[in-house]
Amino acid sequence: MEALELARWQFGITTVYHFILVPLTIGLSILVAIMQTMWVRTGKEKWLRLTKFYGKLLLINFALGVATGIVQEFQFGMNWSEYSRYVGDIFGAPLAMEALVAFFLESTFLGVWIFGWDRLSKKVHLTSIWLFAIGANISAYFIIAANSWMQHPVGTEFNPETGRAEMTDIWAVLTNSTTLAAFPHVIATAFLVAGTFIAGIAAYWMVKKARANKGDGELPMYRTALRFGAVTMIVAGVAVIVTGDIQAKMMFEQQPMKMAAAEGIMETEEGAGFSLLAFGNLAGDDPGSVQHVLSIPGFTSYLAEGNFDATVTGLNELQRQYAGTSDAANPVVPALAGYEVESDTRPNLAVTYWSFRLMIGLAAFSAVTALAALWLTRKGASTDKKWFSRLAVWSIPAPYIAASFGWIFTEMGRQPFVVAPNPTGSDMVYMLTKHGVSVAASTWEVAISMVAFTLIYALLGVFWYRLIVRYAQEGAPTAEASTPRDNDGDGPLSFAY
Amino acid sequence: MNLADFWFILIAVLWTGYLVLEGFDFGVGMLMPIVGKTSKGKRVLINTIGPVWDGNEVWLLTAGGATFAAFPEWYATLFSGFYLPLLLILLALIVRAVAIEYRAKINDENWRNRWTLAIVVSSWIPSILWGVAFANIVRGVPIDETFTYTGGFFNLLNPFALLGGLVTLAIFLSHGAIFLSLKTSGAVLDRAKPFARKASIVAVVVGAVWALWLQLAYSENAWTWGALVLAAVGLMGAAWFSRTDRFGLAFTFNALAIVGAVTLIFGSLYPDVMPSTTDAAFSLTVDNARSSHTTLVVMTWVAAIMTPVVLAYQAWSYWVFKRRLSEDHMPEHNELTFHKN
Ligand code: HDD
Ligand code: HEM
Ligand code: HEM
Repeated sequence: MEALELARWQFGITTVYHFILVPLTIGLSILVAIMQTMWVRTGKEKWLRLTKFYGKLLLINFALGVATGIVQEFQFGMNWSEYSRYVGDIFGAPLAMEALVAFFLESTFLGVWIFGWDRLSKKVHLTSIWLFAIGANISAYFIIAANSWMQHPVGTEFNPETGRAEMTDIWAVLTNSTTLAAFPHVIATAFLVAGTFIAGIAAYWMVKKARANKGDGELPMYRTALRFGAVTMIVAGVAVIVTGDIQAKMMFEQQPMKMAAAEGIMETEEGAGFSLLAFGNLAGDDPGSVQHVLSIPGFTSYLAEGNFDATVTGLNELQRQYAGTSDAANPVVPALAGYEVESDTRPNLAVTYWSFRLMIGLAAFSAVTALAALWLTRKGASTDKKWFSRLAVWSIPAPYIAASFGWIFTEMGRQPFVVAPNPTGSDMVYMLTKHGVSVAASTWEVAISMVAFTLIYALLGVFWYRLIVRYAQEGAPTAEASTPRDNDGDGPLSFAY
Repeated sequence: MNLADFWFILIAVLWTGYLVLEGFDFGVGMLMPIVGKTSKGKRVLINTIGPVWDGNEVWLLTAGGATFAAFPEWYATLFSGFYLPLLLILLALIVRAVAIEYRAKINDENWRNRWTLAIVVSSWIPSILWGVAFANIVRGVPIDETFTYTGGFFNLLNPFALLGGLVTLAIFLSHGAIFLSLKTSGAVLDRAKPFARKASIVAVVVGAVWALWLQLAYSENAWTWGALVLAAVGLMGAAWFSRTDRFGLAFTFNALAIVGAVTLIFGSLYPDVMPSTTDAAFSLTVDNARSSHTTLVVMTWVAAIMTPVVLAYQAWSYWVFKRRLSEDHMPEHNELTFHKN
């Protein structure tokens, strides 16, 4: 393998891994903040216990999220230096803003929240978790703005003198239509992940308590958590679909190639169907062989334009259109001159097609659980059905996997570009992935780093998983009265690492 | 002064913030076996940095992000060039983050010992490597006309750089011990103080040799003698006040020494940001590595608004946790074990 492929694998592995941790932090931070708010407002002990229970799980998750995030910040320079040179003027800005506006907020107030239970008044302590949660969500905004710029570069111009893309308008970058669509979709995803997580664990406990026939007050607590999680899942699920659909319509204009690939549409069609199952050579060498076995008539056209008869441009025609762009391409950029030019601008069809379907399909699983949960716990009821607690626990990974495929779909669908050409933007602002890779880093250096990150992530992942499972199995801790104490007093701390 | 110069200074400020803050928490990490010693003593150490270490580390992320935004060429050349040292630093930071947070999650002596070892090792590695990296930047490295680093790995291991590694190591050790002398009481304090006294003297010695070497061999500017003096006064002050038991002042002087050292490094570089030893014409400078005027203006606004806010709440968080900790303050372990009993 060449440095390019290794660097791509490394980016894919580390980022997908990072994003296994990220959505839970984003969603759960707000949901735990809501639980704590309920406690402060109502004084009900169950909310305090739930706050501590899910708060602990949040912390276990957060630590690994931070650890894997640090790599992301430097990976662009290490493995993608030519990319960084070409786009740093514009792409670096949201990253720097993310650190300055969001990461400081997040990390400082999380520290205050963890160690501050008995040192701060209830209100100040509650404010600290909200600031942490807001920080986590703001960080998502900036990073999505950076990512959306790569999907749809706006507010930028090619400067022939410096040979790079330069910023003309930061406001355009921060209000990129792609960002405005992708951010709610990703946040909704995060809430779906977190809601399923809360509901799954709560269902396990509720059923367990119901079977043990314990009327000790814990059953209603877990029932509350279950419904809290299930409602979140329903609301987030609807939001995921609505925002996804908005994004899809936009994507047909901004990256038609990605969408044609997602639908496996080879030739331009009117009233294109939504394919559910396709056979044939999706790798694209022999487009004629693709057979759609099962499809919903006209639905792809509907997704694209809101009209069942609309025309959807096929891959082959798009390929002919793109060929022009790509040939005239980047040699203008001095650092890149001399590279061969890409003639095939189609993404990997099989990956794009299937990851899109998996993203959508897996979410259906969560929907079933959420509806079952609300039905079984309607009007104050609870259930002791084993199948239900199994279903709920088994649903937990589903939205995670869906989210990973969502990213794999967006990122792989963008290939072979690292910065996709914007059909209505500046002509020169785009870049092929292969031109973005570092020149200074040798193949073996990239190989060492890829292997090292993969191994260490795998090892730390084992600890993360075991801790989450162990703490989930322990159930909600009993509530201790957390009265603020004198900061300078000399008694033992009520909490310490 | 144009905006690029301003950003050059701001990046120096961000690195200063990082080295002053994470400097002491690296120090505390390295001192786990020496000053922490007992099981409870180690807990005291972890708890002195527990609430703040992540906020400290964000200074690094901000320095990285700011370099990306304001000097993309510098970001690209530096991080792709210093590939393996940076990889080691990143691996250490990953392990360290997880180790600090997971160590206290399971009540088992073996579990804690392993994570303690992880914290120690992952604090030593970056403490040395940051010095190596900065020394190489000032010294200059082979860079060709496309701003690509051509030196390979072993080129980074020269005597000047290795001594630079010892300098950051010595300063962080003394900084950590002085911090502990301010934040602990009891048996831990009794171990921290003598260590701070010794380490701060070592820091003066290594620091002085390296700074003189830098100024004489590599500085582009005569005024950096001033920074050198500041660094020297800082280190000597830290040693003196450690000796006389005034650790608040010792900490301040150590921070001053770091300000002096970063000023010396950045001042010696200017107007270069990464001098090329291949040909001075290929050096990255403030001028050829910078981003566009528009970007710099935008970033200046963001920094001007956010920096004071960040400083204010970080300072507040230190104030909230100002209390000294001792072994007697450590509550019983109430964590879980891996096996349900
Ligand atoms: C700020 C920019 C940015 C952001 C927020 C993301 N990505 Fe991305 N992604 C890239 C910037 C990028 C990139 C630098 O552009 C890569 C590296 C190589 C490439 O082709 O694109 C890439 C590649 C890439 C690949 C490999 C594609 C390939 O090499 O063929 C995957 C699977 C992902 N990304 C997944 C993700 C996930 C799960 C993200 C969520 C955290 C994510 N990306 C966020
Ligand atoms: C590839 C681009 C990315 C980079 C450069 C990046 C960078 C980082 C860094 C440096 C951290 C550690 C912060 C700390 O120490 O507190 C972090 C954590 C985090 N990132 Fe990312 N990140 C990327 C992708 C994403 C995406 C796409 C999202 C959200 C949609 C996201 C959301 C978060 C959140 C919420 C955290 C907090 C820690 C946690 O995950 O538990 N990141 N990221
Ligand atoms: C639980 C996770 C997720 C679910 C259930 C989900 C579901 C959906 C749905 C229903 C659509 C609309 C499809 C259409 O109307 O054609 C959609 C579109 C989209 N989703 Fe997701 N999504 C999830 C996560 C993600 C994530 C994490 C990303 C990463 C950015 C992502 C990227 C996209 C994109 C780019 C589209 C746009 C349309 C497109 O290009 O088809 N999704 N998603």
